[in-house]
Amino acid sequence: MKFETPATSNPIDQLKVIGKPADRVDGPLKTTGRAPYAYERHDVVSNPAYGYIVGSAIAKGRIGGIDSAAAKAAPGVRAIVTADNAGKLGKGERNAAKLLGGPEIEHYHQAIALVVADTFEQARAAAELLRVDYVKADGAAFDLAAVKDTGQPKPLFGGPADTARGDFSGAFAAAPVRFDATYTTPDQAHAMMEPHASIAVWNGDKLTLWTSNQMIDWGVGDVAKTLGIPKENVRLVSSFIGGGFGGKLFLRSDALLAALGARAVGRPVKVALQRPLMFNNTTHRPATIQRIRIGADRDGRITAIGHEEWCGNLPGGRPEGAVSQTRLLYAGANRMTATRLAALDLAEGNAMRAPGEASGMMALEIAIDEMAEKLGIDPIEFRIRNDTQIDPERPDRPFSQRQLTECFRTGAERFGWSKRDPQPGRARDGRWKIGIGTAAAFRNNLLVKSAARVRLDGNGMVTVETDMTDIGTGSYTIIAQTAAEMMGVPLEKVVVRLGDSSFPVSSGSGGQFGGNNSTAGVYAACVKLREAIAQKVGFNSAEAEFADGEVRAGNRRVPLAQAAADGALTAEDGIEYGDLDKKYQQSTFGAHFVEVGVDVATAEIRVRRMLAVCAAGRILNPKTARSQIIGAMTMGVGAALMEEMVVDKRAGFFVNHDLAGYEVPVHADIPHQDMIFLDETDPISSPMKAKGVAELGICGVAAAVANAVYNATGVRVRDYPITLDKLLEQMPDVG
Amino acid sequence: MKSFTYERANSPADAAAAAARHADAKFIAGGTNLLDLMKLEIETPAHLIDVNGLALDKIESMPDGGLKIGALVRNTDLAADKRVRRDYGVLSRALLAGASGQLRNMATTAGNLLQRTRCPYFYDTNQPCNKRRPGSGCAAIGGFNRQHAVVGASEACIATHPSDMAVAMRTLDAVVETVRPDGATRTIPIAEFHHLPGNTPHVETALSQGELITAVTLPKPIGGTHIYRKVRDRASYAFALVSVAAIVQRDGTGRVALGGVAHKPWRIESADAQLPRGAKAVAAQLFAGAKPTRQNAFKLSLAERTLGAVLTEAKG
Repeated sequence: MKFETPATSNPIDQLKVIGKPADRVDGPLKTTGRAPYAYERHDVVSNPAYGYIVGSAIAKGRIGGIDSAAAKAAPGVRAIVTADNAGKLGKGERNAAKLLGGPEIEHYHQAIALVVADTFEQARAAAELLRVDYVKADGAAFDLAAVKDTGQPKPLFGGPADTARGDFSGAFAAAPVRFDATYTTPDQAHAMMEPHASIAVWNGDKLTLWTSNQMIDWGVGDVAKTLGIPKENVRLVSSFIGGGFGGKLFLRSDALLAALGARAVGRPVKVALQRPLMFNNTTHRPATIQRIRIGADRDGRITAIGHEEWCGNLPGGRPEGAVSQTRLLYAGANRMTATRLAALDLAEGNAMRAPGEASGMMALEIAIDEMAEKLGIDPIEFRIRNDTQIDPERPDRPFSQRQLTECFRTGAERFGWSKRDPQPGRARDGRWKIGIGTAAAFRNNLLVKSAARVRLDGNGMVTVETDMTDIGTGSYTIIAQTAAEMMGVPLEKVVVRLGDSSFPVSSGSGGQFGGNNSTAGVYAACVKLREAIAQKVGFNSAEAEFADGEVRAGNRRVPLAQAAADGALTAEDGIEYGDLDKKYQQSTFGAHFVEVGVDVATAEIRVRRMLAVCAAGRILNPKTARSQIIGAMTMGVGAALMEEMVVDKRAGFFVNHDLAGYEVPVHADIPHQDMIFLDETDPISSPMKAKGVAELGICGVAAAVANAVYNATGVRVRDYPITLDKLLEQMPDVG
Repeated sequence: MKSFTYERANSPADAAAAAARHADAKFIAGGTNLLDLMKLEIETPAHLIDVNGLALDKIESMPDGGLKIGALVRNTDLAADKRVRRDYGVLSRALLAGASGQLRNMATTAGNLLQRTRCPYFYDTNQPCNKRRPGSGCAAIGGFNRQHAVVGASEACIATHPSDMAVAMRTLDAVVETVRPDGATRTIPIAEFHHLPGNTPHVETALSQGELITAVTLPKPIGGTHIYRKVRDRASYAFALVSVAAIVQRDGTGRVALGGVAHKPWRIESADAQLPRGAKAVAAQLFAGAKPTRQNAFKLSLAERTLGAVLTEAKG
């Protein structure tokens, strides 16, 4: 199905199942431990051997040699896979560094060997017996600030490296009120609960990988390319995923090494990335340095806005894209952005929840708060004054829907914004200095083609198959709701099967595009199945109605099961998009509100309450969507207050590479969260009239926290995370 | 993880004797720290002696009014004991400020005292660490050391001791009771139990080879207001940047020990004497000779401010 013109009324609009807060259909499986994750596929794989990954002890250089004699002789050891004996390997299209390093080493903890043994403990013990002779390279770069000026222009996902409209320099110089500040964001880890994990089985020249991967088709392609085998010889299955956040978008070392290990020992091999490798072996959200300049007239209308970003990556890696929202969020006739990428010899930087916008909003939305203060205008009013219904770079492109102002107004009312003291440092509750902050949320809605297969059987059951993944987001549930709505059956009559490359190719899960696109693909397949059913029972498909487990036309009614009585009916189709995303800018919006307490003595910062108001198209399931938003808000608190992979600039690695050293919020950090979805449908987005929500929730949260900390203390911190040591010197004296 | 042999000991003296018989033996109780370190090959004992069956899990009131805490009393049980809550509040509060409920259910009193540092370089076997591999150097010096010691450190090691419980016990003048392989018992005042790193940061306590902790005794209660204040980046389940254990009497005298600043719970009796003069005077004594790094210099001011807040709280 080609989606080229805005959606008109369709069966989804009935909202009998869609839009309802259905419980997760996979909830009982997960809460009873019966949802099989990749490493636990005992149901399909027996007698696996275990692989243990050895990560490089140096960041850059080469391996002089590996003495594996002792390891090979250790009990239970079946094979030791290294670049020397793995055969010729290519590199995945989406990998910057090789997943199996050697002799060249590109980053710390790059995999250099897999030890395969009968038990996990044997593999681990043998891995410690490998003696690796490293030759460190000179001239490695580990310090972004030191190399930033060597950065080169590098195109972003959504556009060129540099953008300009009007005369930024002239307008900024002429602006009566000017603001210019530089912000930094650190390297961050996905730190998902389930590590990268895979089981590989070879059957002749055909490989099956049970793995934990957000993007099945990308994974299949890069497995095939790396191993140099045809794509059709690779099957990936990823039924359940214990968190991804962008860290599992790509083929990673666990899957490749499991495949190589299984080939070497002629037996299934399972590999889970050890937790201490999760930070330097995988991808991460890369650090940025961002300069923001804003010029405005005295009434608070922005006349010039500029956002420059410096970041670093391995050769072949991409920039973070922190300037992208600044091209769209606020009005202003004169504007520029620039992105510079320098070479760094740390692990690959890549997508993490709202890549680009999450980092960019961390800086931009502090800058907006600072500028509002400079202008003497309430920060919400300043944002509303610079709201725009058109793409500021291309005035012929309206936003499909944009309720930023409504988000702020609704949130201000609900949160009690009017009670905020605009003068920082005055509000107090016992030992706590109290502050309230706000920030916009913004994330683009991305359109990605997505297909599905739908089958009706003689019991009236509808089965949906698509290689879409559920990374904890609720994909199973909203896809079931979509099929139930389309086919006129209750949720219990729908079976959803996901994450298998033998199913039609979906959008996959990433960039908050999974929900809208994958359900639109299921919608398309259901339209086709409806036609097949109507034809089967002799109805004109345009007149056929599907409700209560029946297909009806005029005064005739046929139970669905009857239509499939002499054989299941199957339909396969997908959604593909025309140019509506060129004619319209499709984005999602929100407003975050945060209240913090800052201990007057210790400067400990604790969030007291949070609210997000979001406008993101039709909400397919308010319960799972809410979970996405509050989870993202939590991640935003982490970004604001504690998350930082600290670089050892001598040896070139992230030092705090475990969950004790890399702190993320715990329950005690998140006392009260509230969120509201504004009523919205966006017919320009898809037949579902939905948009993404998963990443909108994180964008802007950290800045709202930062602005609240400023409001509490009068101390402006521009380098994340905002830890107490950055406030302490400017806190008032205490007894 | 290196292969190891395992036995269950029948009595504390047997356990100590068994430890003397095996090179590289370790006692195992709750396992909350040792097992993690073994999986990472930071600890590589050849033999484990399981002491969980030794019936050292009682808390007994002593004739002198003190309390004898068995080495195997779990942190959860110790924190919840009504005598501890009534008479040694600083200890109960310190325990509850540490780790998580699940860990406290397993972790023992003796094991808590013997926790290894959380220095990230200690945890990465690719990196030099004088504690893990004596003579290899200290990567934390000149590296990431925001969490590290500001006082009492050495050229060989700037790690901190991670325990909260031990900090409270230091203010309580606890005494560690042990048995040695020859069956002899002795007592070690907690002030002498943990060592500063010096040139031998791998030698962390006064225990000799095979010596087993059997109990920790607390002298009779001294009254006063008991406060444990732990400062950290997140609200729970994190190690202290700085912690303050304090017992303050009505007249403003008292005792104070700090966590998160040194290789051991940091108490200097001459600093206690300054308590009536306030936080600044106390901190000046505690941190005379402090050598912070650029990254952790904030701990000096943080400690003084936290002390100030604790003294204010103590006044009610």
